[in-house]
Amino acid sequence: MDKNNQAQHLKREILVRTIEAFLSDNYPENTRLIAYDMRPQGCEVPYRCCIHKERDVIQHRIIANLGLSMEEIDERKLLSDYAKKALERTEPEKDVLTVLETACQACVPSRMFVTDLCQGCVARPCVESCKFGAISIQNGRSVIDGSKCKNCTKCMQVCPYHAIVKIVVPCEDACPVGAITKDEGGHATIDFDKCITCGKCVAACPFGAIHEKSQIIDILKKMQEGKKVIAMIAPSIAGQLPCSIYQLHTALLKSGFSEVVEVAQGADITATNEAKEFKERMEKGDKFMTTSCCAGYNNLIEQHLPEIKPFVSSTKTPLYYTAELVKKDNPEAITVFLSPCVAKRRECLDNPNIDYLLSYEEMGALFIAKKIEVSTLDPTPFKVEASREGRNFGLLGGVAKSVEVADAGQTEIKPHIINGLNKQSIRELRGYAKKGECEMGNLVEVMCCEGGCIGGNCCVNSVKTASKAITEFTKDCKPLKEPPTK
Amino acid sequence: MSKIEVKICMGTTCFVMGASHLQELVEILPAKYPDTVDVMGVPCLDLCSNESKYTNAPYVKINDEIISDATTEKVLKHIERLLEDGQE
Ligand code: SF4
Ligand code: SF4
Ligand code: FES
Repeated sequence: MDKNNQAQHLKREILVRTIEAFLSDNYPENTRLIAYDMRPQGCEVPYRCCIHKERDVIQHRIIANLGLSMEEIDERKLLSDYAKKALERTEPEKDVLTVLETACQACVPSRMFVTDLCQGCVARPCVESCKFGAISIQNGRSVIDGSKCKNCTKCMQVCPYHAIVKIVVPCEDACPVGAITKDEGGHATIDFDKCITCGKCVAACPFGAIHEKSQIIDILKKMQEGKKVIAMIAPSIAGQLPCSIYQLHTALLKSGFSEVVEVAQGADITATNEAKEFKERMEKGDKFMTTSCCAGYNNLIEQHLPEIKPFVSSTKTPLYYTAELVKKDNPEAITVFLSPCVAKRRECLDNPNIDYLLSYEEMGALFIAKKIEVSTLDPTPFKVEASREGRNFGLLGGVAKSVEVADAGQTEIKPHIINGLNKQSIRELRGYAKKGECEMGNLVEVMCCEGGCIGGNCCVNSVKTASKAITEFTKDCKPLKEPPTK
Repeated sequence: MSKIEVKICMGTTCFVMGASHLQELVEILPAKYPDTVDVMGVPCLDLCSNESKYTNAPYVKINDEIISDATTEKVLKHIERLLEDGQE
């Protein structure tokens, strides 16, 4: 689905307003008033049945922005109380997503459906094609028996009138691991034992009913307390806003961070270690190795694909190395990872060196709330400048490429890229694990998001323009390693 | 015959609120209307700074008219209308 839709616009607007409320002189009360400001008495009701429902949905989005779970909300309490509650916690909440039940449409369950286009034809290929005997003809029309239908879509494929359609539930359909089911009311619920926090459902729901639990309030609070808050920016950030990465550096300093560090630095370490490991593994006779920097993929391995573990690089993620360096130098500081995706939320919760996560979307909202115009700012250089390869980590194929450069021609490398985790690519990976080999290549780069990190579900820019911007920026950066002289 | 001038706001607010995806117009428009339309990205049009004006970002300026809550479709429609009205 196009990321730039109304649901996204609404989400971002509410984020800006939540931040504005926090920065105002009466945070709890102004938080409570957001829904009334956005939908004042007598205003048009753009999306829902009535103004009350509109406000309700807005309020529930604010609750997610406050970092709280809808599941624990007591409707009788005021939103201002929840705004205060958000200030009390000392650690972010677990389970990174929450379903806004009021926003969830309880889409009709996924099933095959015969439309009016059915002509009750003579050939009746649908009846013939169904292996489960679920289709019969009643009153001259094809009828599907739901109790027998297995949603195999055979009938849909054979009908010459395209009279049979598959009704999908967007969130369920997008989930690669079957973590979404419906509760009794038909509303979506997430099984967090299965969920790999890929965030695909967040992007897929046309009502924007699945929301990350934001940590923005926690971060703003630390800034307000005068703590040293250090931003660790993922490589993919370079193409996100209409400015250079050095201007972005300035913008982050202006918005309250004390220091900004490139995670591309850690990516350089990842690439170097991974190249070394790859060489050792190949010499040992392994047929392939997969990368290990994508948080969504790492969750998938742990929860659904343990059999692939022997083939996964044991090298840590760029964020891991970066956070280790930053915390070592600044044990007192609060570390915040600036992230393109939802999946990294879990990694941040699990790593004691990373305190919070701010998504690119939230960063954008922060700039709007603080009226920071990025393109007018002076550039600020970094203390340590990362390499071209490290800075390209967010591009599709960027990780594999960096390993190749770090290896400098010592090992025969044939990269194969998994561009996005979905049911099919997971099946593919399972096959490689079973066979112990991947016929497509020996270095398998796995990216949970289509397009790589720049396709992450919290990205602001489109993959195409972001990729162009990053390539343009990195082409003149220093290489990770000089190419071998032959 | 003056060309229709399309200015897409590339200020931070508009960009975050959706202008990032309006960038496709920079390719679509010259291909579709090579002789009648000029398109460019411009710095903040200064419409966003008033209270809560980000609500209606992104903004696109077509000649002297402001399109708020701009989408690619909205901009294309507006241009079509201008051309039909014999504005060329
Ligand atoms: S897509 Fe899922 S979360 Fe969204 S409205 Fe439908 S059932 Fe609810
Ligand atoms: S985040 Fe991903 S794995 Fe979790 S429920 Fe949503 S689509 Fe499924
Ligand atoms: S950013 Fe578009 S009007 Fe200011």
